[in-house]
Amino acid sequence: MTFSLLIAQLINGLQTGSVYALVALGYSMVYGIIKLLNFAHGDIIMVGAYMVYYAIASFALPPVVAIILAIGVSTLLGVTVEKVAYTPLRSAPRLSLLITAIGVSFLLENGAQLVFGADQKSMDPLITGSVMFGRVNVSYTAIVTIVVSLIIMILLWFVVNKTKAGKAMRAVSEDMGAAQLMGISLNRTISMTFAIGSALAGIGSVLYLAAYTQASPTMGSMLGIKAFVAAVLGGIGSIPGAMIGGFTIGVLEALVAAAGFSMWKDAAVFLVLIIVLLFKPTGFLGKKMQEKV
Amino acid sequence: MSNVLKCEHLRVVFGGLAAVSDFNIEVNENEIVGLIGPNGAGKTTVFNLLTGVYTPTSGVITLCEKDLAGMSTVARNHEGIARTFQNIRLFKDMSVLDNVMNSFNTRMHYSIAEALLRLPRYWKEEKAAKKRALDLLKVFNMQDQADEIAGNLPYGSQRRLEIIRALATSPKLLLLDEPAAGMNPAETENLMETIGKIRDSFHIAILLIEHDMSLVMGICEKITVLNFGEVIAQGTPEEIQKNPVVIEAYLGKRRD
Repeated sequence: MTFSLLIAQLINGLQTGSVYALVALGYSMVYGIIKLLNFAHGDIIMVGAYMVYYAIASFALPPVVAIILAIGVSTLLGVTVEKVAYTPLRSAPRLSLLITAIGVSFLLENGAQLVFGADQKSMDPLITGSVMFGRVNVSYTAIVTIVVSLIIMILLWFVVNKTKAGKAMRAVSEDMGAAQLMGISLNRTISMTFAIGSALAGIGSVLYLAAYTQASPTMGSMLGIKAFVAAVLGGIGSIPGAMIGGFTIGVLEALVAAAGFSMWKDAAVFLVLIIVLLFKPTGFLGKKMQEKV
Repeated sequence: MSNVLKCEHLRVVFGGLAAVSDFNIEVNENEIVGLIGPNGAGKTTVFNLLTGVYTPTSGVITLCEKDLAGMSTVARNHEGIARTFQNIRLFKDMSVLDNVMNSFNTRMHYSIAEALLRLPRYWKEEKAAKKRALDLLKVFNMQDQADEIAGNLPYGSQRRLEIIRALATSPKLLLLDEPAAGMNPAETENLMETIGKIRDSFHIAILLIEHDMSLVMGICEKITVLNFGEVIAQGTPEEIQKNPVVIEAYLGKRRD
């Protein structure tokens, strides 16, 4: 394997990794605030991808409108799922919530088959062309994906650390009861978390579609699981952890593929997850669990 | 002197057991009232009733003549009730400043879009909130620790920060749950000064639960004694100290 091929694969890895990271952020933020593994999160991406497909292929809308539509619908869907399915279970055991999330995931996947049809929809690439850096050929799609993801992550960092909404989210995730006693509304803060997480998934869906140009009802399931692995690997609940986890998995997959084992890349991801969890059960940046005696 | 808090015939029953029965109290502006009683007497339950964490089985709570029935914890905080906790519950991973600024959260009105675009309202409100938070920290000599992570502060400072965080919500009634717990005599002395200062400069009503009798007798104007969920005595510190019913509740009956 030549050096330039290795670099090209690394860039590929960073590209898929940024999509994983954006989706993983949604998993991690929701887990951080209500301790729910929102398995329906991956399917939000699927709906977002269909929005882009129909807007462009069927209604010939300009790509910008399609992107805004995808992000808007994803956000709305995420918040609706939270209000309809999760809010009534706020004081129920965590397991009921988890099973509900799996149920919502099935509902969305099968609903999509009913509404959009079970076949894959293919569309023309959103972004075409590439540029040569020395002897490495880099597609514009890769550049746009990586740059957009980095910008989004910086914006997210700003929102979480420097705005009242972000501080409310951190306060609620640390101590729900104390936050309420300081006048912070639980409903609003949790909805805000779902809205931001789902908007990130919407952006992820656009970037995913830019890379793979096809949408199918079950596309969200493997993508969702990979992003979930990324969130766990980075330390679930941790925002920088989700980013690091996403990029790690993306690069790992690309390297395994570059070594000629592309059939094994999913297995490699889960193997690494198992190894990391054996030695550091809380992931790279996860908080130490304190055992109560 | 105007009435800030008034509880009438407050009662709450958990599974057939009355944790609090017939609780009556009045706390006025500029007044420090102590709530004492043996362990398990129902003191913290009273705080949970006042803040809306528990719903009373019967009875009335009014804050500045407004009935609080049916109001959520958040709504009650907006009406003017704030509290601290027996076991410190700061947002430990956040900075001292952010802990205080969180209390202004619902009093800021900019949207996420305004924040992302850095529109003037974002800057204006954030700046005003930061200034208010720093001013408040300065009152309690904590401005130098503003950027420290709350969980890393020494114990006494964490307790003080909890009080500041509660004060930042601009309460009319401040509830302090065992503020002196775990403090040494010097720290307790310091705390008494702080509580007095709060009453004098913020003109609010303070209701405090405390086991440290030097603190209770030293700064409370009135004391209410609870035992098994019932008020067994009310009065000035002198009256309470001489009250045989109170002495019996704390020390048991004299056998002679």
